[in-house]
Amino acid sequence: MIVFALFVSVVFGTLMRDEPKEQLRFGAQLFAAFVVGGVALGWILYFFPL
Amino acid sequence: MRATTADREQSATYTYLICLAAWAIPGAGHLLLGRVQKGLTFLIALTLMFLCGLWLEGRLFPVEIRQPLVALAALADMGIGVAFFIARQMGAGAGRVVALTYEYGNAFLIVAGLMNMLVVLDAFDVAQGRK
Repeated sequence: MIVFALFVSVVFGTLMRDEPKEQLRFGAQLFAAFVVGGVALGWILYFFPL
Repeated sequence: MRATTADREQSATYTYLICLAAWAIPGAGHLLLGRVQKGLTFLIALTLMFLCGLWLEGRLFPVEIRQPLVALAALADMGIGVAFFIARQMGAGAGRVVALTYEYGNAFLIVAGLMNMLVVLDAFDVAQGRK
C-alpha cells in the first residue's frame, strides 16, 4: 500500500504542480492522505463481519 | 502574422507525434517538449511501477472482447506503451493467480497504464501551449 501510494503521489504531484518544491509538497500531502485514508478505511472495515 | 492552414496542420501533426511518443515511452513527450524534470520523473516512476507490477506476478491481460472487464483491463495495461508489448513478447506478465501478490500486481500494472494516459493528456496540453 505504501509503495503504491508513493508511486501515485509522485506522479500526481508532478502532474498537478510545476515548481519542484510545490510538487514535493503536494505529493507529500497526497501520500499522507493515501496512507492515513487506507489505514482508516482498514479499521472501519475491520468491524464489519467477513 | 496569422497562422496559415499549413502551420495549423503542422502544429496538429507535431502535437499528435508528441502524444504518441508520450504514450510509447512514459515521460518522452515531456522530454521532447523540454520539460526535463517532469519527463524524467514520469519515466522513472511509471517504469518502476510497471516493473513492480510484473514482479508482484500481476497479469498483462489480453484483449478479449467476449470478457468486457478483461478487455478493459487490457486497455488500461496498454496505456503504459511499448513496455506492454515488450513484456508480453518476453513472456512476462503471465500472472500467477494463486500468488498472494497477484491482485496487487494487477493493480500496479493497471494504474501505471492509466496514469500514463494522464501523462499523455498533460503532454497534449503542453504541446498546445495551454500550460
